[in-house]
Amino acid sequence: MPVSPPDKTISFVIKPVLFLLCLLPLGVLVWAVFNDMLGANPAERLTRETGEWTLRFLLITLAVTPVRKLLRSPWLIKLRRMLGLYVFFYASIHMLTYIWFDQFFDVDEIIRDVIKRPFITVGFLAFILLIPLVLTSTNKMIRRLKKNWVKLHKLIYVIAVLAILHFFWLVKADYQELIVYGLILLLLLFYRLYQQRKKGVY
Amino acid sequence: MSIIIKTSSDIKASEITPKSVYMDRRRFMKQAFASSLLLATDAMLPAWAKRWPDLEASQFNASDKLTPFENVTSYNNFYELGTGKKDPASNASMFNPEPWSIAVEGECNKPGVFNLEDFIKPYALQEYIYRLRCVEGWSMVIPWVGFSLADMLKQFEPNSNAKYVEFTTLLDKSRLPGQARRVLNWPYVEGLRIDEAMNPLPIMAVGLYGDILPSQNGAPIRLVVPWKYGFKSIKSIVKIRFTETQPKATWNERAPEEYGFYSNVNPEVDHPRWSQKTERRIGEPFWKPKHKTQMFNGYGEQVAHLYAGMDLVKYF
Ligand code: HEM
Repeated sequence: MPVSPPDKTISFVIKPVLFLLCLLPLGVLVWAVFNDMLGANPAERLTRETGEWTLRFLLITLAVTPVRKLLRSPWLIKLRRMLGLYVFFYASIHMLTYIWFDQFFDVDEIIRDVIKRPFITVGFLAFILLIPLVLTSTNKMIRRLKKNWVKLHKLIYVIAVLAILHFFWLVKADYQELIVYGLILLLLLFYRLYQQRKKGVY
Repeated sequence: MSIIIKTSSDIKASEITPKSVYMDRRRFMKQAFASSLLLATDAMLPAWAKRWPDLEASQFNASDKLTPFENVTSYNNFYELGTGKKDPASNASMFNPEPWSIAVEGECNKPGVFNLEDFIKPYALQEYIYRLRCVEGWSMVIPWVGFSLADMLKQFEPNSNAKYVEFTTLLDKSRLPGQARRVLNWPYVEGLRIDEAMNPLPIMAVGLYGDILPSQNGAPIRLVVPWKYGFKSIKSIVKIRFTETQPKATWNERAPEEYGFYSNVNPEVDHPRWSQKTERRIGEPFWKPKHKTQMFNGYGEQVAHLYAGMDLVKYF
């Protein structure tokens, strides 16, 4: 059975390395902006890349539990909060690229857009639902909310489904990429159902 | 999907391509074209692929700043060569537009099948600088090389049953590999009402920036209808048919509530995914404000009368 690395290694090596690794996609994008390497439509490219990274971090976060069971490495749970916060981090940048380079901070137009365009409505809802999760991510809140914390954080499944729907409503004709993300999410959701079955919840 | 794939052709977005630069590129393209045909010299290029350095300007030329050649040829919607914006340019070498012939059919007195050279020979080519507005909310300004669609259609003497003109793209997945996946109902079909087609604005384009059409832009011959969303301007045309009934246009058939048959550029009628009020002019710095979209893409003077009395919200 694999052993857990010492706490010190987790705190002072693994977490900082992961922290920097998660910043890498943003770093690459910023670098590309300053080197004029985002092609003919950089604004679209920025929104798409950050949107996709938001979704990827969401799926990675959901994968922590199955992976730690599979690898029998319970300590991996200690990395989950950071990954979850990165979902919010990339979602914020994603939304910022839209507010800035699509709408140029025109609040009226943004509100109209959120109401009118279904894919924006759903993306916005997903973003709003992330906020309570971020606010309750501290140790103190985990302790204070106890069982309710677990319940509250089930919201992440709703957010994930909304994210896929957001993507679905955006695609014009080619669903290939979306299907890959969708299947990964389904797999992760089925894993949970299966676990619950085993525990006899059903 | 990759994070960022860069090629040396990505350029400073803010400049107009100076003539000297595209002359150079022209030389390069000539070579690329020749080698793609396994030909060695210019002299062996097909006659229609002559370069057109100094064409007469059309009377409708836009005065907007041109979109750089690099952007015009690297950011394309041409699903026959892939669904990503850069796919058509990446896959361009797979598509060899030689040989090419065009069939003219339907309600006309002089139908026939023509090789491309004969097809375009009767017309004096001109340069047409037109705005192109994509339904996705971006736009370009492109110097096309082409000739009037109306002049061309008249050659075939459409009869009184010809109410519409239908255009069809090549169907051949060995040359257009994107057709191997059924993302759309191939072949791509588009159409115009006959009076729209007979308007002096639409052209058949055989080139851009004074050179032959690159594959990704719809080589060797395509339609350009500047007051309609870009998807109406069908690429790589092999068939033109005069019909009595409205043609089954591909996107319109696929999602009629999103893509109308008319698809005139109209800032008042939003697409469910994209607001149509503004547009991003490709080639301009992305942190600069977008442009306001104009009714009929700014060509109202030439075309508004075609729709007199029509409810353009209903017939979007
Ligand atoms: C948890 C929240 C969100 C996730 C996971 C997410 C994810 C995504 C994904 C995967 C894409 C498609 C990228 C591609 O086509 O490659 C996308 C596109 C987009 N998202 Fe989001 N999104 C979220 C929230 C939002 C919010 C709050 C907004 C704006 C209010 C927004 C606006 C957009 C826009 C405008 C695009 C389309 C970009 C374009 O095609 O030009 N998203 N998003």
